[in-house]
Amino acid sequence: MAEFTMPSLGADMDEGTLQEWLVRAGDRVRKGDAVAVVETAKSTIEVECFETGTVGKLLVDPGTTVPVGAALALIEPAGEPGAPKEREKPDKPKKRRRGDEARPEEREAQERRPAAQPAPGPAKEPVPAPAGVNDGVRGDEGPLIRHLAEQAGVDLDAVHGSGPGKRVTRADVERAAAARRLPARITPLARRLAGELGVDLSGVTGTGRDGAVRAADVRQAAPGPTAPAEQESSGAAAASPSAERRPAGMREAIAGLMARANREIPHYYLSTTVDLTAAMDWMHEYNRHCPPGARLLPAALLLKAAARAAREVPALNGFWTDDGFSAGRGVHLGVAVSLRGGGLVAPALHDADTLELPQLMAGLKDLVHRARTGRLRGSEVSDATITVTNLGDQGVESVLGVIYPPQVALVGFGRVVERPWAVDGLLGVRPVVTATLSADHRATDGAVGARYLTAVDRFLQSPEEI
Amino acid sequence: MGTGRADERKTTYREAMREAMREALRADDRVFLMGEDVGRYGGCFGVSLGLLEEFGPERIRDAPLSESAFVGAGIGAALSGLRPIVEIMTVNSSLLALDQILNNAATLLHMSGGQLPVPLVIRMTTGAGRQLAAQHSHSLEGWYAHIPGIRVLAPATIGDARHMLAPALADPDPVLIFEHGSLYNTAGELAPLSSPVDLDRAAVRRRGTDISLITYGGSLPKALAAADELAADDISAEVVDLRTLRPLDDETIDASVARTHRAVIVDEAWRSGSLAAEVSARIAERSLYELDAPVERVCSAEVPIPYARLLEQAALPRTADIVAAAHRAVD
Amino acid sequence: MKRDEALDMVKESLAEVVPDADVTALGPDDKFREALEIDSLDFLSFIEILGRRTGFRIEDEDTAHLTTLADSADFLVARTADGS
Repeated sequence: MAEFTMPSLGADMDEGTLQEWLVRAGDRVRKGDAVAVVETAKSTIEVECFETGTVGKLLVDPGTTVPVGAALALIEPAGEPGAPKEREKPDKPKKRRRGDEARPEEREAQERRPAAQPAPGPAKEPVPAPAGVNDGVRGDEGPLIRHLAEQAGVDLDAVHGSGPGKRVTRADVERAAAARRLPARITPLARRLAGELGVDLSGVTGTGRDGAVRAADVRQAAPGPTAPAEQESSGAAAASPSAERRPAGMREAIAGLMARANREIPHYYLSTTVDLTAAMDWMHEYNRHCPPGARLLPAALLLKAAARAAREVPALNGFWTDDGFSAGRGVHLGVAVSLRGGGLVAPALHDADTLELPQLMAGLKDLVHRARTGRLRGSEVSDATITVTNLGDQGVESVLGVIYPPQVALVGFGRVVERPWAVDGLLGVRPVVTATLSADHRATDGAVGARYLTAVDRFLQSPEEI
Repeated sequence: MGTGRADERKTTYREAMREAMREALRADDRVFLMGEDVGRYGGCFGVSLGLLEEFGPERIRDAPLSESAFVGAGIGAALSGLRPIVEIMTVNSSLLALDQILNNAATLLHMSGGQLPVPLVIRMTTGAGRQLAAQHSHSLEGWYAHIPGIRVLAPATIGDARHMLAPALADPDPVLIFEHGSLYNTAGELAPLSSPVDLDRAAVRRRGTDISLITYGGSLPKALAAADELAADDISAEVVDLRTLRPLDDETIDASVARTHRAVIVDEAWRSGSLAAEVSARIAERSLYELDAPVERVCSAEVPIPYARLLEQAALPRTADIVAAAHRAVD
Repeated sequence: MKRDEALDMVKESLAEVVPDADVTALGPDDKFREALEIDSLDFLSFIEILGRRTGFRIEDEDTAHLTTLADSADFLVARTADGS
């Protein structure tokens, strides 16, 4: 059994509060699946697991605050013998398949499931059965039923058996399959909205004529601003750091980290002004030909240039630890996002150097939205290899930032402003931006930093190629 | 009359139309009115009453009972530099002039390689509701809206009756104006004109968020009444008055459907091959992904319009039909 | 479009972008990007929402006219002139 532990979601985190489990004991999980929601001083984060297997026991109850590294759950890696096959459903009487008991023959069942089917060892992880669970143990379903269920994508464990001994019958499977199927009628607007809001239409009940799913039904089903509160178990809500307390906690966390960065990291600073005429012309032209929702902002071009330059100058893209510099695997661009009501997070835009601009723009929107609604993922919070801060929206022209440890560089962009600019001996007015670099002198010297900013400039001169 | 002060008084659709013609006749010597009984009798629907006395028989000309002849004469006059307003009694009788309108007025600019514009205005009555029976009650404006080369207008308000004629006369191409017979007696305040009517744009007569009632001409008052009833049921209906049937203002329709996501089209013509069909098709083409319910149409029963009052009313779109269609789309 | 309708549309769009902001406290000539701490991403959503509500497309160049409630409403009215 592997332990799933409270992760370190940034150099400034020593403990976290488990707010909510997204899995139950017995659930199968894959590496990268979000399994729990953890609240830190700075934000609420969905934490992914690093194992593929089956969730064994949940060791920590929602609402509990534990130090980084503490075990939260046990995960049975895939392939290990004895992995439990069934899901525990604490809110429902547990259904068990038992192949070793004689059951009345079922009409649809052509043959009985072989008794050799590995059954979960009753001695292993005995699950306390809720009252009433034994008033009818469900029988085993024949291969026909299992085949039908598999074809229809129906989870037999979730089906209420109406046959003798609570056995699942063919009719039960068909009913469940029908319930799972997409509603017969979905208005075009509803279908479009479902795509935009990420709503799975198979679970939506239509209130329109002939049961048609309409926009209102989709909006109802969408995870709105009130939904997370509803999902939260009452225990977690009571024990988690309250919303009012978070700003203070966040301030404290930022204070600690920035003080450490300034104390430990010998910063050097470089600055250059970049002519954005080509970039802005290209962007406006691009925007004229695309739907409003797909427009680009200057920030997307600046981030892309920063990411490409980081790939070109890998000495600035990585971490400084006690042993020295280690280059980051991929360019995961930390994007500083200021939160309403104060505070700052810098989640990572993964592999930003490889994203096409429309993808990068979409990723940026999504990241900022989730940063502000408290639904960042653990990997986003901890993976950044270099951070970009863009204070242009705040109206300033340049920003000389403090590096986010253990990273070794921070790139700053100011506001895009129109300035007199000499080109080929003539003076013109051009949109320009001041790009700055704060870098860790332990890891690199000024010449490396200069190469970086020159690369940023070069990329911004050929926007169609970045 | 005809001054700014007179514009603010209470008036009727009929008087507003007359006032618009009087203004045009005064403003431009090239303008004249021609049609059956427009002079001595004052027009079959009394629209031109008093104009003969003011402008004389040269400019207010009674025409013989031959639509083809006097519409043809109007086309000739337009070609030779005048600005005729030709009145046809009803859209049913305009079919006798259809050859002139389609084969001459609408095509001469094209056939002459751009040398012969036809700046002609043809006014006619359309629609049912006054027990004039099947030969004087049909709504065939949708047929004319099929024809490239002409512009088709349907003023539905006193303001449009008063203010659409001037831009129609200024249009270098033939313009057909359809006046729904049930509107002539509509009375109300005539608001001062803030800017000339843009003949390319439909008008949103009432703002709403739940459903778009898209209509024109004689059905506009019914749609507005339906919107009032729907408001009582907490359904906020937007009422779009197409007012220019050709070319259709797609942008206003699109914008309305994008706001409300549902549409009912009200058209007094027969449903099959109607203007309602055209608008419905355009919504499907341009706004499918905005639709949250099937488009509804409220049209006349597909019969010759009956003479008997109750049968006639039953054949036409009624406010209750519009309300019911809106409920089908929204509920 | 009438001016008060336009004004409502601007306010509703802002409220949709910044749900916790008090749009009613905003003066007609206050620069709302500053007052409501709207960054460029928020502003882009505002443009999208406003475009959807009004049914016409707002281009990058138009955004210079959208800084206060007053100039935004004027812009919408001018854009939809003759539409009603």
